[in-house]
Amino acid sequence: MAVSQLVGAKIHRREDPRLITGHGRYTDDLAHSGVLHMAVVRSPHAHARIKSIGVEAAKKAPGVVAVYTAQDFNGVIAGPATHPVAPVFAPEKKANPPRYPIAKEEVCYQGEPVAVVIAEERYQAADGAQLVDVEYEPLPAVMDIEEALKPGSPKAHLDQPDNIAWDATYVPWEATDEAFKNAEVVVKQRILQNRLSPNPMESRVVMAEYDEFDKRLTMWMSTQNPHWIRLFVAGALGLGEHAVRVISHDVGGGFGSKISPYPEDYLVPASAKLTGRAVKWTETRTEAMQNAYAGRGQIYDVEVAAKKDGTLLGMRLTQMLDAGAYIGTFGAFQTCACLLAGGAYKWQAISSRSVAVLTNKITTDPYRGAGRPEATHVAERMVDLVAHEIGMDPAEIRRKNFVKKEEFPYTQNFGLVMDSGDYDGTLDKALKLAGYDQLRKEQEDERKKGKHIGIGLSTWIEICGLGPGAVTGPATGGVVLSESAQVKIHPAGGVSVYVGTHNHGQGNDTTHAQIAADALGVPIDSIDIRHGDTNEGPGFGYGTYGSRSLAVGGVAIARACAKVVDKGKKIAAHVLEAAEDDIVFDQGKFHVKGAPEKSKAMGEVAFAAYGQLPSGMEQGLEAVAYYEPPNFVWPFGAHVCVVEVDTDTGNVELKKYVAVDDCGNIINPMIVDGQLHGGIVQSIGQALYEEMVYDDESGQLRSATFLDYAMPTANEVPDIELDRTITPSPTNELGVKGIGEAGTIAATAAIINAVVDALSPFGIKHVDMPATPDRLWKQIQGAHAMSHDGKEARK
Amino acid sequence: MKHKVATTINGRKHEHEVEPRLLLVHYIRDVAGLTGTHIGCDTSQCGACTILVDGKAVKSCTMFAVQAEGRQLTTIEGMAKDGQLHPLQQAFWDEHGLQCGYCTPGFIMAAAYLLSQNPNPTEDEIRRGLEGNLCRCTGYVNIIKSVKAAAAAMGGAQAKPAGRSAVTAGGE
Repeated sequence: MAVSQLVGAKIHRREDPRLITGHGRYTDDLAHSGVLHMAVVRSPHAHARIKSIGVEAAKKAPGVVAVYTAQDFNGVIAGPATHPVAPVFAPEKKANPPRYPIAKEEVCYQGEPVAVVIAEERYQAADGAQLVDVEYEPLPAVMDIEEALKPGSPKAHLDQPDNIAWDATYVPWEATDEAFKNAEVVVKQRILQNRLSPNPMESRVVMAEYDEFDKRLTMWMSTQNPHWIRLFVAGALGLGEHAVRVISHDVGGGFGSKISPYPEDYLVPASAKLTGRAVKWTETRTEAMQNAYAGRGQIYDVEVAAKKDGTLLGMRLTQMLDAGAYIGTFGAFQTCACLLAGGAYKWQAISSRSVAVLTNKITTDPYRGAGRPEATHVAERMVDLVAHEIGMDPAEIRRKNFVKKEEFPYTQNFGLVMDSGDYDGTLDKALKLAGYDQLRKEQEDERKKGKHIGIGLSTWIEICGLGPGAVTGPATGGVVLSESAQVKIHPAGGVSVYVGTHNHGQGNDTTHAQIAADALGVPIDSIDIRHGDTNEGPGFGYGTYGSRSLAVGGVAIARACAKVVDKGKKIAAHVLEAAEDDIVFDQGKFHVKGAPEKSKAMGEVAFAAYGQLPSGMEQGLEAVAYYEPPNFVWPFGAHVCVVEVDTDTGNVELKKYVAVDDCGNIINPMIVDGQLHGGIVQSIGQALYEEMVYDDESGQLRSATFLDYAMPTANEVPDIELDRTITPSPTNELGVKGIGEAGTIAATAAIINAVVDALSPFGIKHVDMPATPDRLWKQIQGAHAMSHDGKEARK
Repeated sequence: MKHKVATTINGRKHEHEVEPRLLLVHYIRDVAGLTGTHIGCDTSQCGACTILVDGKAVKSCTMFAVQAEGRQLTTIEGMAKDGQLHPLQQAFWDEHGLQCGYCTPGFIMAAAYLLSQNPNPTEDEIRRGLEGNLCRCTGYVNIIKSVKAAAAAMGGAQAKPAGRSAVTAGGE
């Protein structure tokens, strides 16, 4: 690569001008003449048998063009035996109910499609949907993970043997017998992970047009990975991938909820095929809350063995995971929590098991962090519990057990190789920045005045940059999560770069251009980064999730650029009448070794590439690269949170938040900081406010609007102080790691550890999420009741 | 039955016949064809559809199109003038005040109203002024910075870095 010019610089985002002026191209913004609108009739029940569906009144409503139920899609969308919504990738599958995009006889979650109404206008479709008359026979709903596992529990699906989606043991309990036998301290804790709604601000939108004569389907939609959607939809609709084009321009956030395919991804194109006209569906927010694949929703039973000096010995972990009504396409990824719960620490042994349960709720699937926030929360909470038990400072116990800088690459208990790290470095820096020692003094002083300040740490790590084929190939059923890029240099020197990742807020169009500009030595403004159209670029793109756009996608771009430079050397050698081996490429110029004045710029070489070349050399200056990473990358950091809990109301005020993170080399510091801010605030949402609340009996989602599902506003978030260290990744030549999920992976533990620390005078050792005033007030009251002298404790 | 509605949007007259139940935001997007105003919820919590109605910030999903009869509307498309970004737009760009960009038009319009009422807001006043808008990407940190920077650029003195008052964190 050329001497770095742009990598590492704060470059203004090139995607912003259209977005700040109202000229974004989100799917619902696209005009399409003659487009019909689809509304979906959904089950109001969590579990019911469909007795009849009356469509006549709806069909006669003004503007309604068609009303379709499951039987109308027979022969258009492949049958349930082929499982058209998507394959699922789950370990040791037990009950894996087949999923058809529209219910036939049984509905298994509130919001499951039952019929679709297609009309000339948006409002007419909604009116028509009101007139579809569905008769249901309600069935008992399975809502609770533990109840669902009991013999004799109602079943989430009538035709399944039980509610166990999978039961996978990663390392058996016996492996930790020795650690627990040698333990001087054992702490046990049940830790809940609240079910979350991802809520990108743009809900899902799908528009499709089918050309009967060319047998071609075009879809415009809000997705994180258009190529995967093309793969699934082409298969279900019996079309070749070459005949399906999926376009995804601007997307208003994803957070994981726009990875896996959804029923409407099939129903819209199938309806376009049936009606012979373009059809569009725009999800309402309430539909999104009910139907978007949810995150978390797990119970962890954890036990840790340690020595009195703070040495961690062993961990036993059971994850009980609410899979929802159908196993999510990538739902099993959440089991990675079982492999990562050891965190940044050294252990003799860890045993873990994941049990996933079918319930009558919407499916869970990867949501920002997916398994890694849960792992961090387990590791960081358990370490704090041990520290509390032995009277050790939480910072000290962490230092004592960290994998040390010189021990990398470090093979952890599950055989995963942590690529690089300096955990002491980020912790030391964070403690200094936060003024930790001073904070502890203030905490003591404030306690004397009856104020409850808490300080919480999270020395998080994560695994990202999905991912090496040895792991991702088997996990996806054969597709290795590599990444592709194509670089074309046009005759006059303009550069088009096609990437297989997707940009829905991460700023990839900018960081990717920075990488290409440096690699090719051309002005950044001469580079166009293209994503989100399956008709452009390499044969397959893998999309954006798992913090992979830079650590995998960025490397693919660098490699495609390197191939172009290699070809450029051949052409330059011809033009400069020198031997190819004597051509040096430096800062955008090819020159003859030892004679820098004899040089040609990339643009000149590009022009020559389309001219007459020596025989045996093809015209053109372009290349495709696929990059399969040899390992994951392992970002890490240390967060310090300070809270004050009002013990009269249970309210938590975030007083300070400091984060020192390390994601290896940095392409654009402004974007890195932005990703951290957003991730941390999503984590604040999980820790303090957000939860999908269902009625236990009826299975109705009670938090189905932004009024009931409380996401943080500008009023709830503290100032966030960021700093960083830089420990390059040895996994890739850019030395980069991912940062998209880091904040979300890190922060819940710091916040909850702070809340617990604040309430420790009450004898409170653990607090579950969301730590709402209601939950904390009750816990404080309970502690009063337990205490012999509540008044004293309260002081 | 359709009703006539005549409005001025970004200085341009619009006249259409619409259903009385048509929401103003749908009118702006689907009838007037100005798609910069977005929809993020069904219940008027998210603020993505915020516009100015006679200079005042309004969530355009809370009005019917017919209620806009005779009003002056400003949407995000009306903020840049003669190829010059509005200082708020410039500040959102400079300060990385957006990521996916979907909520951004609503934030810019809400902030425009805030600055019209209070050209020199404290950080706390900015937070409160924008509490009706939701962003899922930025964590608000750089949005607040953007509004401060815009206030300074628009002639308000440097926004005061005043600490936050005892804001409750109990959720809405």
